[in-house]
Amino acid sequence: MEASATTVSGGRSALERSPAGRLPDRVLKWGLSGLAALILILIVYFFIRLVGQSGHVFSTYGLNFVFGNNWDVSRNIYHGGALLFGTIVTSVIALIIGVPVAVASAVFINELCPRRLRSPLSILVDLLAAVPSVVYGLWGVFVLAPRLLPAEKWFASTFSFIPWIGGGVPQLYNYFIAGLILAIMILPIVSAISREVIATVPQADKEAALALGATRWEMIRMAVLPYSRPGITGGAMLGMGRAIGETIAVVLVIGSAPKIGSHLFAQGYTLAAVIANEFGEATGIHTSALFAAGLVLFVLTLIVNVIARWFINRGSHGTRGTGATGMTIASGPASEH
Amino acid sequence: MNTPDTTSKEQADVSAGGTPAPQSPQATGASKPAVTGKAGHAVNLKDLNAYYGAEHAIKDVTIDFPANEVTALIGPSGSGKSTVVRCINRMHEEIPGARATGSVRLDELDVYAPDVDVTAVRRLIGMVFQKPNPFPTMSIFDNVAAGLRLTGTKSKDLKDLVHRSLQSVGLWDEVKDRLGSPGIGLSGGQQQRLCIARTVAIEPEVILMDEPASALDPISTLKIEELIDELKERYTIVIVTHNMQQAARVANSTVFMLEGEVIEHDETTKIFTNPSDERTERYVTGKFG
Amino acid sequence: MRGTLFAATIVALIPLVLVIYYLLHKGLSLWFTSGFFTTDPTGSFFGNPGGIRSAILGSLVIVALATVISIPIGIGVALYLTEYGKQSWFANTVRYFVDVMTGVPSIMFGLFIYIVLVTSRFGGSGYAAWKGAVALALLMLPIVIRSAEVVLLLVPSSLREAALALGAPRWRVVFQVVLPTSLSGLLTGSLLAIARGMGETAPLLFTVATAFGLTFNLNSQMNTMPFLIFTDITSPRAAIQNIAWGTALTLVTIVLIFNLFARLIASRSSA
Repeated sequence: MEASATTVSGGRSALERSPAGRLPDRVLKWGLSGLAALILILIVYFFIRLVGQSGHVFSTYGLNFVFGNNWDVSRNIYHGGALLFGTIVTSVIALIIGVPVAVASAVFINELCPRRLRSPLSILVDLLAAVPSVVYGLWGVFVLAPRLLPAEKWFASTFSFIPWIGGGVPQLYNYFIAGLILAIMILPIVSAISREVIATVPQADKEAALALGATRWEMIRMAVLPYSRPGITGGAMLGMGRAIGETIAVVLVIGSAPKIGSHLFAQGYTLAAVIANEFGEATGIHTSALFAAGLVLFVLTLIVNVIARWFINRGSHGTRGTGATGMTIASGPASEH
Repeated sequence: MNTPDTTSKEQADVSAGGTPAPQSPQATGASKPAVTGKAGHAVNLKDLNAYYGAEHAIKDVTIDFPANEVTALIGPSGSGKSTVVRCINRMHEEIPGARATGSVRLDELDVYAPDVDVTAVRRLIGMVFQKPNPFPTMSIFDNVAAGLRLTGTKSKDLKDLVHRSLQSVGLWDEVKDRLGSPGIGLSGGQQQRLCIARTVAIEPEVILMDEPASALDPISTLKIEELIDELKERYTIVIVTHNMQQAARVANSTVFMLEGEVIEHDETTKIFTNPSDERTERYVTGKFG
Repeated sequence: MRGTLFAATIVALIPLVLVIYYLLHKGLSLWFTSGFFTTDPTGSFFGNPGGIRSAILGSLVIVALATVISIPIGIGVALYLTEYGKQSWFANTVRYFVDVMTGVPSIMFGLFIYIVLVTSRFGGSGYAAWKGAVALALLMLPIVIRSAEVVLLLVPSSLREAALALGAPRWRVVFQVVLPTSLSGLLTGSLLAIARGMGETAPLLFTVATAFGLTFNLNSQMNTMPFLIFTDITSPRAAIQNIAWGTALTLVTIVLIFNLFARLIASRSSA
């Protein structure tokens, strides 16, 4: 209740509740709770509509949709195995290339580099996330793919004895280029999470190693990395989730061939890319098939993200994405999913 | 009936308990509430129990805090002193899962009565915290005025009120030239006095202090203690303290608590020189704590 | 070992350098082409391809609308989580769902709005700028909520206590203490979310589609920079491919400016 003078006493009736005064509190509380509930409702509704739109395809093909390999638009047959294959392959490539670099840079920035370089370097790595994915796609199409083709050709012929990796005829747009661009795109988030996790390693652990006479690198291997492993794994899985869902950069450089490519540098397709390419002109069961692809994509990213967060919570030993890095993680790389 | 505090000056003349020395004998643990004719407001706790979830933190606490006196709560960590104090202005229930039963009376009114507005209670029973907490985005002036602005009080003589509040805590001369500068720019002791000024500005009847000087240096502590001495002319003060010498310096009477229960409540001099309970004696002589 | 790790860090930064280099190398000349910023794409296969004015303005309009939707709601939900819900099962469920939302591929938001708003011709139109804005808002929402919650939790509880102890009702504590104290952090988070929204293409594909001419009609299709880049990449005409570079440079510049502002505010307020 509001007093209108500088004094608030004047009868104990002043203590009694005035309903009008309580109204703003109630409005605020229920208004905000309503917004929060809205989020829940939205996601559930989203899932329901998605399932509804793709039901037709699943009832027609069953699990063949996910694992069969025959995506033929002209004949209206939709088995998306090749898409799933492409999605997983490109994500795995992204992880293999991106995670070591990201973790290495995180270790360097946090533990080994001179103090005053720490901030600029981490800002620069984070800036990788600010580049829109369509720009990465543009750069991939006109710069990366053509420039790397000779090297890919050399690689394929030199290592032709390795199954699937070598031995084919490299195409301009292929799994590898897509995976490489994805690696660049997931790098900032894996690095940011790794940096944050590494920063939580207790000083005491590090000092214990150093006091035993360990070199800086040995200390990192003994004290920092083991402690950070779950958190870093979680970060890598989050990166994988991003890679799985990335659409725009991938669709430009993967070659859009709906079959299971026979080698690393073959053209391929992913679940996300097929939606971007074909949705505009799809009708009937084709549209339903694309929604189904979206559903598979959604479920896949959900699973990966749940596992990722479990790892991060296990490994964060108290922090939960707080602080400035938390905000970077929250805002995420500007990647198209 | 209850006269507004603007006449507190004349009440101070009337009040018999105006002597600053803690040695002055006062009624010990009297259970009768404050006589309405006497200026000032008394607080009475009866059978107060408080819980944090399942944990029973305060057990059947009954204390009378006489008007215009300083009562100290002492005891080891975890004895429930802070919880008692936070129950008086109903801050205890802000913690999720916390609740309290029993009665807390400010004069004749039960603060926990179902139709009572908790925000109005807190305007009558102010609180000063252990760590000074001025609002960081506000200037010194705005900090003192914050109490009024936060309760929607529209006051035309804000400047005058801020001036008087700062004067009453002895800060005016130190900050009068920089009322617009940020409140957090002051030293620790000044910040705490700013927080007291902020509390005083809304003209409460009771001031609760939870270890107000424990985060401060000795000189600031002394200033705070002198301030408490002056403030009791106009307010009833309850102070939680870990520092027994401080209790001896400022408090008319002292309550010794242990494990959520009141062990002894008596004149301060008696508690420290000739306590009745053996546990009190062990605590004040430093055998544990 | 230090050398290897240092090399890895440099390797991580090479793409950034290369991207910026090529953006400037191939796009900068477009900036000085007459009419680049002042005319709209002509959409004609031959002749003058036109400029990108409608794309720039369209992006600004759509992102602005998305911002107006997502920021208040996002901060509101974050306020609920920190001030009211705290650790209740409901609040934790909401937090979990918000985390889920951050992992949703952005094309899914476009598909969702497509199903709900476009096919139903809600509001009398198929593709519409405001529908794209809603899709973007859905994408930005979890970002705003997460970063806002982080910032709001940083407000020391002692300040809330001080305000409550003075007799302030909860809503005043929120509006007069919590929000002002966390303002710069909220701003930073919002700017980062806006930067993210500006660069997204997939949510726009099947909700706004595109248009060539300049329009401010929210109920019609509208041009946007990411969409323009996306379609221009696959054009057979070199001149139009170059426009893609010029547009990309413009887009990245705007995004970087937002990022810079965000960091500036964050660093000035971090004590």
